[in-house]
Amino acid sequence: MGSKRLLFGCLIIGIFSLLAIAAPLVSPYDPSSIDQAGLLMPPSARHLLGTDGLGRDLLSRIIYGARISLSIGLIAVGISVAIGLVFGAVSGFYGGLIDSLIMRFVDIMLCFPTFYLILAVTAILGPSIFNIMIIIGLTSWMGTARLIRAEILSLKEREFIQAERAIGASSSRIILRHLIPNAIGPVMVNATLGIAGAILVESGLSFLGLGVQPPTPSWGNILIESKSTLGVAWWITVFPGAAILTTILGFNFIAEGLKKKIG
Amino acid sequence: MLTYIVRRLLGIIPMLLGITVLSFLVIKLAPGKPVMLQYSLNPKISLEEIRRLEKLEGFDKPLHIQYLNWLKNLSRFNFGRSFSDGRPVTEKIIERLPVTLAINILSLLFIFAIALPWGIKCALKEGTFFDNASALTMFLLFAAPTFWLALLLMQLFCINLGLLPISGIASLDFEYFPWWKKLWDLGRHMFLPVLVSSLGGFAGVSRYMRSNMIEAMNQPYIYTARAKGLSEATVIYKHALRNAVLPIVTIIGLSIPGLLGGSIIFESIFAIPGIGRLFYEAATMRDLNLIMAEVVLVAILTMLGNLIADIAYAYVDPRIRYGKR
Amino acid sequence: MAVFLFLSAAAALAEDYGDAIVSASIGDARNLIPLLASDVPSSEVAGLIFNGLVKYDKDVNLIGDLAESWEIRDHNLVIIFHLRKNVLWHDGHRFSAHDVEFTYQKLIDPKVKTPYGGDFERIKSLEVIDDYTVKVTYKEPFAPALSSWGMSVIPRHLLEREDLNTSRFSRHPIGTGPYKFKSWRTQEKIELVSNHGYFEHRPYIDRYIYRVIPDESTIFLELQTQGVDSAGLSPLQYTRQTDTPFFKKYYQKFRLPSFAYTYLGYNLRDPKFSDKRVRQALNYAVDKNEIIGIVLLGLGRVCTGPYLPDTWAYNPKVGPAAFDPQKARELLKEAGWADSDNDGWLDKEGKAFEFTIITNQGNEERLKVAQIIQRRLKDIGIKVSVRVSEWSVFLTENIDKRNFEAVLLGWALPREPDNYDIFHSSKTAEGQFNFVTYKNEEVDRLLTEGRRYFDVEKRKACYQRIHEILYEEQPYMFIYVPDGLSVLHSRFKGIRLAPIGIGYNFIDWWVPLAEQKYKVVNPNSKFKISN
Repeated sequence: MGSKRLLFGCLIIGIFSLLAIAAPLVSPYDPSSIDQAGLLMPPSARHLLGTDGLGRDLLSRIIYGARISLSIGLIAVGISVAIGLVFGAVSGFYGGLIDSLIMRFVDIMLCFPTFYLILAVTAILGPSIFNIMIIIGLTSWMGTARLIRAEILSLKEREFIQAERAIGASSSRIILRHLIPNAIGPVMVNATLGIAGAILVESGLSFLGLGVQPPTPSWGNILIESKSTLGVAWWITVFPGAAILTTILGFNFIAEGLKKKIG
Repeated sequence: MLTYIVRRLLGIIPMLLGITVLSFLVIKLAPGKPVMLQYSLNPKISLEEIRRLEKLEGFDKPLHIQYLNWLKNLSRFNFGRSFSDGRPVTEKIIERLPVTLAINILSLLFIFAIALPWGIKCALKEGTFFDNASALTMFLLFAAPTFWLALLLMQLFCINLGLLPISGIASLDFEYFPWWKKLWDLGRHMFLPVLVSSLGGFAGVSRYMRSNMIEAMNQPYIYTARAKGLSEATVIYKHALRNAVLPIVTIIGLSIPGLLGGSIIFESIFAIPGIGRLFYEAATMRDLNLIMAEVVLVAILTMLGNLIADIAYAYVDPRIRYGKR
Repeated sequence: MAVFLFLSAAAALAEDYGDAIVSASIGDARNLIPLLASDVPSSEVAGLIFNGLVKYDKDVNLIGDLAESWEIRDHNLVIIFHLRKNVLWHDGHRFSAHDVEFTYQKLIDPKVKTPYGGDFERIKSLEVIDDYTVKVTYKEPFAPALSSWGMSVIPRHLLEREDLNTSRFSRHPIGTGPYKFKSWRTQEKIELVSNHGYFEHRPYIDRYIYRVIPDESTIFLELQTQGVDSAGLSPLQYTRQTDTPFFKKYYQKFRLPSFAYTYLGYNLRDPKFSDKRVRQALNYAVDKNEIIGIVLLGLGRVCTGPYLPDTWAYNPKVGPAAFDPQKARELLKEAGWADSDNDGWLDKEGKAFEFTIITNQGNEERLKVAQIIQRRLKDIGIKVSVRVSEWSVFLTENIDKRNFEAVLLGWALPREPDNYDIFHSSKTAEGQFNFVTYKNEEVDRLLTEGRRYFDVEKRKACYQRIHEILYEEQPYMFIYVPDGLSVLHSRFKGIRLAPIGIGYNFIDWWVPLAEQKYKVVNPNSKFKISN
């Protein structure tokens, strides 16, 4: 059951990743080639997923967009989960002053006007895909940290952990071998949803000129551009939306499969 | 416990100072400065005029003086005036607050009312068709862009069926209605916004609930409880559920600052005069007093939310204790 | 019988009073004190509540508004305004020359946060000759002065003891105009009611409701249920979504040139762009008709200069250059740009021809234009990147500091052609509007002359020549003047299309009694919308 899901999830993400890597080979058109005669064409044999407001082939843009969106989803969420896991686990396990300090830091991060932080960072480093992944990762780990901490607060008082302590197991052993695997459930959910979140955050940043720059496509910015044409061209909204959905489902399968394996 | 709460509440003040100093710094260091968007690049308005206006607003003073001035006003609960139209910041926020709070609270209640039982049901039926179909539905609602859902529902309910008004929060002649009709009118206008802002939230809550419930159902004490011959309902709702709500408490805590938030796309589509657009505009114009008021409000709510969550942990799981190791 | 006939004939001829117009707009007003606001929504609403001394008629000529007439004397240094005598403020107080004087004092008061002081700083003195005569003396002749008196006049008796910057008047205005302020719910709606004692005549439409709906898709859905009467359309909506029987039955569509143009401005301090031939080449390499076809779906016209087409300042002899990539390549070659290393990109002295176009965030049209230019310049071997920038950053970091290579922007086309601030070489300092750093002695001289004459024929010669020079020199690549697209519910009668648009005779619009939709509101009766 678990391994079937894992396999299926890996298959979805694997195919998408392959498409992204091989984009120049597999995409039928140049994603930035403009065609006045072919504006907003519905899906057809020539353009499988139709064309956008500049007459560009939507399929090619979605394939190229996978490069940006998948890597942003994966890396940003990877960073955010890693930081959240460490802070949450340490905070929950040790408690006391360390807990207070870390949680107050979480509070500060939660209240901080992130928009200006991103603005300042992109002004200094320039808007690049790499910077965006890092920034999204660095500003989105607080929820994970609090989730993990709550789980660990509860877990560490359970009998089996008390037993480990009694036999003198080291803290790191307890955290890594027992606490984190048992607390992983909410984190998996969090990460799965976080991937979609990051893909959309990127589009928001692109909209403000802080993300990827045109004509580079990403699923998020195709979606944003689709809004003004929704009344006549449903395909520009539906297909990138479907790509995001499939990605979330794929990651969800992987997460559940992994959980079964660990648990 | 009481001393713990008092200590945490007192802790809010230095935190608030810290957060405002940091925020002030970052806002000032970020590129761009306060601009009247409508003044800038308007050839009818000369450079000298713009410089004079900046001086009237005090933007030419050094950073720390600006901050101290702001703090001095704040200590008298004066958030200053918005620089875009000269109105007091407090007045601008208060006129937007009721709509935003109403929509956010209603949709939060709606999310929990639907998603919690749904999540539990999925956990109990783990791996069945129902569980898989639910996952697909939840993720579909989560991944669907807000504007798309909103416009689709408007088309259906308002144009095809003609049941609901499209946008705004009240009819044009609202003020002449008797009270019962006002209530009815508000309800009709709020229905779609609350629905749309809830749909995306189902996924999170129901998936967390499901995941934890599955975890809880596999614990030894559940087997013990079953072995004791307790009814399945008691086992599920008394023993398992209690252990599965922790992440939900965290989510509630994290949602509290969101009560004051609003998405700009969502508010624009439904033409709701909410707080999201107010703060978005403040951000794009670098309307400092308004932004700082937002920072303070969000900070207070965040810290209260986390405090409430921490207290609730101890309540739902008595093994968690604070104040000592 | 004869009496009956006579009556019905009269009824068919006369306009009916009543009904309301619901106008949808994407932005709310900020401030209804006209001296303090410069955003479009505020001017739109305040324009119905207040009057200036002068206004534009349907053919874009200045005529009297609160001023009945004026004289220009002493070698164009003095303007004497003779004011209307029968004008009342909405609160019943009589309008007089003292209100004009008060408005002027507020405009030049350094403590008042008005951005419009500039034109009024040129005034040496303003004297009230009697209650209905004002004499304005200028330091030097200044032709745009007359149009600057289109500034709304505010009431002295209500604002004398108020701080204008924080006054509650900004949200409860009282003016002399055809409509009176009734209520304002922030980001929701502003409601005005007709002024029965308006000095021209009582407007036929009783209520004006300005609704804020920030999203264009939502406005369009509202149109489909007839929830709004008047709204703007996007080119896509105009061409592909409003040809339905429903729209033909219930709405009238309008298409008029808008008062704005889009251009690509080059930083002329950048050595790449200092050669006129390069700028001309870029103009040949980009097909403006393609841009209009894609971005505006054909609803616009090619722009050749900074003046409103079909007005006196516009030079009809300046024709747009043809799209000719071959000619572009030749010109670039003359200027030293050729693909000497065969990598597909033009280069000169070992450096490839590449530059970045910056444009502001939130304008989808400009983003599309930038991408088309990017693509077409790639075709002739120029590597262009496009950057979208957030407004505040864009203005302060790029425009004000001249830290850019090329910018894609738009200017409004005012009715008054004087564009000294944009093209005069003295206006190139940080923060000033000649940010491309354009310098041309002849243009400088013509700009200075153009504002000294009040005689349209003399001014015409200046501005038409400037138009010619600017198109030849290409400090901007002039791209297009988009069409303004809008719809209005078909029950409104009396609309007369004119060069200035359709709104100029709003007080003459009316709805036949039988078709009126919003009846007089009675608290006890159910308010019915009939479809």
